Amino acid sequence: MARITIREALSQALWEEMEANEKIFLMGEEIGVWGGTYAVTRGFYDHFGPDRVRDTPIAEGVIAGAAIGAAMVGARPVAEIMTVNFALLAMDMIVNHAAKLRYMFGGQFKVPVIIRTPGGGGRQLGATHSQTLDALFAHFPGLRVVTPATAYDSKGMMKAALRQDDPVMFMENALLYQKRDEVPDGDYVVSLEKSDIKREGTDVTIVTYSRMLHESLAAAKKLAKEGISCEIVDLRCLRPLDLEPAFESFKKTNRAVIVEEGYPQFGVGAEISARIYEECFDYLDAPVKRVAQLDVPLPYNRALEQSAIPNVDTIIKAVKEVMYV
Amino acid sequence: MRTKAEYLKGYKDLVAIRRLEEKCAELYQLGQIGGFLHLYIGQEAVAVGISNALTEKDHVITAYRDHGIAYTQGMDPGVIFAELTGKIDGCSKGKGGSMHLADTSLNFWGGHAIVGAQMPLAAGIATGFQYLKNDNVIVCMMGDGATNIGYFHEALNLSKVWNLPVVWLVENNRYGMGTAVERASAVTDIQLKARGYKIPSEEVDGMSVNAVEKAVKKAVKHARETGPFFLEVMTYRFHGHSMGDPERYREAEEIKRFRKEGPIGILHAEILEKKYATEADLDKIHDEVDEMIAAAVEFAANSPEPDPSELWTDIYA
Ligand SMILES: Cc1ncc(C[n+]2csc(CCOP(=O)(O)OP(=O)(O)O)c2C)c(N)n1
Ligand SMILES: [Mg+2]
Repeated sequence: MARITIREALSQALWEEMEANEKIFLMGEEIGVWGGTYAVTRGFYDHFGPDRVRDTPIAEGVIAGAAIGAAMVGARPVAEIMTVNFALLAMDMIVNHAAKLRYMFGGQFKVPVIIRTPGGGGRQLGATHSQTLDALFAHFPGLRVVTPATAYDSKGMMKAALRQDDPVMFMENALLYQKRDEVPDGDYVVSLEKSDIKREGTDVTIVTYSRMLHESLAAAKKLAKEGISCEIVDLRCLRPLDLEPAFESFKKTNRAVIVEEGYPQFGVGAEISARIYEECFDYLDAPVKRVAQLDVPLPYNRALEQSAIPNVDTIIKAVKEVMYV
Repeated sequence: MRTKAEYLKGYKDLVAIRRLEEKCAELYQLGQIGGFLHLYIGQEAVAVGISNALTEKDHVITAYRDHGIAYTQGMDPGVIFAELTGKIDGCSKGKGGSMHLADTSLNFWGGHAIVGAQMPLAAGIATGFQYLKNDNVIVCMMGDGATNIGYFHEALNLSKVWNLPVVWLVENNRYGMGTAVERASAVTDIQLKARGYKIPSEEVDGMSVNAVEKAVKKAVKHARETGPFFLEVMTYRFHGHSMGDPERYREAEEIKRFRKEGPIGILHAEILEKKYATEADLDKIHDEVDEMIAAAVEFAANSPEPDPSELWTDIYA
């Protein structure tokens, strides 16, 4: 076991799989000579060379598209889109093509492409550079959307993604790269289809993912001191969505708070609370509460921006509301 | 620039942008500016030359490296610093930050942080001008790296098909982040890309205010009377792409070489040669600029933070 950062976990997973499978190659802006703007691929260019670590022009449409095309003919490309905001320029390739090609052509070929991209706000980057777009991608059948929040999950899910045959949107969070946790020394994978209980509890179920997992864990720690016991379900992947553990937990606690960094309208919380109402109606002791980003574009000003993003305090407030305390 | 007064004003503008940017770097280190900060140091003559060439019918739009052109279009440095420090007196009320300066009353339609985004917008602004028959022209600035994105090609093509009143102006500073032009662009002579769309083009010395000014004047005239024109302005950024760039992609020697021939030094020498001013006169300009920048920083420091209610304003008209 070693305590490593999420950055190191992703880096190790890519490195080890590239060593094991020469079909895998990387492409993206500044991933080679620069080493990746978030340094996930530092050292890769020197080790694997320019053929397997390809710096691209600034051209997200063709970065996504060329990766998809290469995957169609049997390579295993991992395309890095510098931030998820720029994936909007590649939306047609991702949504109209990666997600649909296999189905539309009756399963004639596979599209084992991984699109890695970090998102999230909180760094004063202004409205276009601070978005949390996970829910957007999770909308479309044909894509896999994974959102790991720990080094353990990041490494295991990246390895799993590189060993399966569907297009994967690998959603990272720029503020999580430095987070550390324990990772086994040997080879392992983590399913791309299973959510995970990250803290056990009895009073309230918090369903969350990505960076908001850590805010939720911190909130739960504080709430425990006040005698409120939170169970935390980390979704880990948004598509396919594994809600069984959340339902199980809810049937025990009868109260739920869904926490996400993205927008509330048509968001992850909207989907999950609807599903809880559908599947667990008889178990409800309080209306399901959603915690999400305020419904505004994120501003540059630090105080304004911070006030728009969920945090420990807003989560605690929501938990207390469903507890009626 | 022709007259002595114009030369001295041009010189002052160059120095003002340089000082403004140096101050930005300082404020960034102090944590008073957050987010991404892209300095214009080395490229000052481009903005000065452009704004010198423009009249009240001419507009400009650019990318995130926007402090220089904001200043030359007439934005008060105090307002610039207020925006950069997220204050209510900033041009965007502190909601935009460094990458999003704009003041439409100065014919400046903004810095835009999505690479290439300003090009379709400029095509649209030009379409609006054409449709409204107001005789206006838009100058669309972009980086060399931005010429590789799909938007570039779509916008150039449309501008020629519709003969839009737009000047496409590439600031070729040789790198898009850490990627040298020749590693990212099949055509390294970037102006040739315009020829593919039958848009006339020229290469311009971006270290010379006058060269830029002359070229932009001609291009704007062409845009107004005939249709799109394309300028590739050769320049260089002396600092990293943004703050915290480790600059592993270029040699210190290269930076030194360009710095020696920087825009300020070139104009400095020209002014002395023309005997428009003495060293002492030029020193005085530096002092004036220092005072102006100090006052601007002070203005921003005294400007209030936006009220929390500003979070909810300007979302819809
Ligand atoms: C669509 C998009 N992709 C990537 C980025 C990240 N990015 C910001 S600036 C930049 C380099 C742009 O280079 P260039 O156009 O030459 O302009 P310069 O910075 O040299 O002024 C990149 C890749 C972005 N902002 N938008
Ligand atoms: Mg450039």
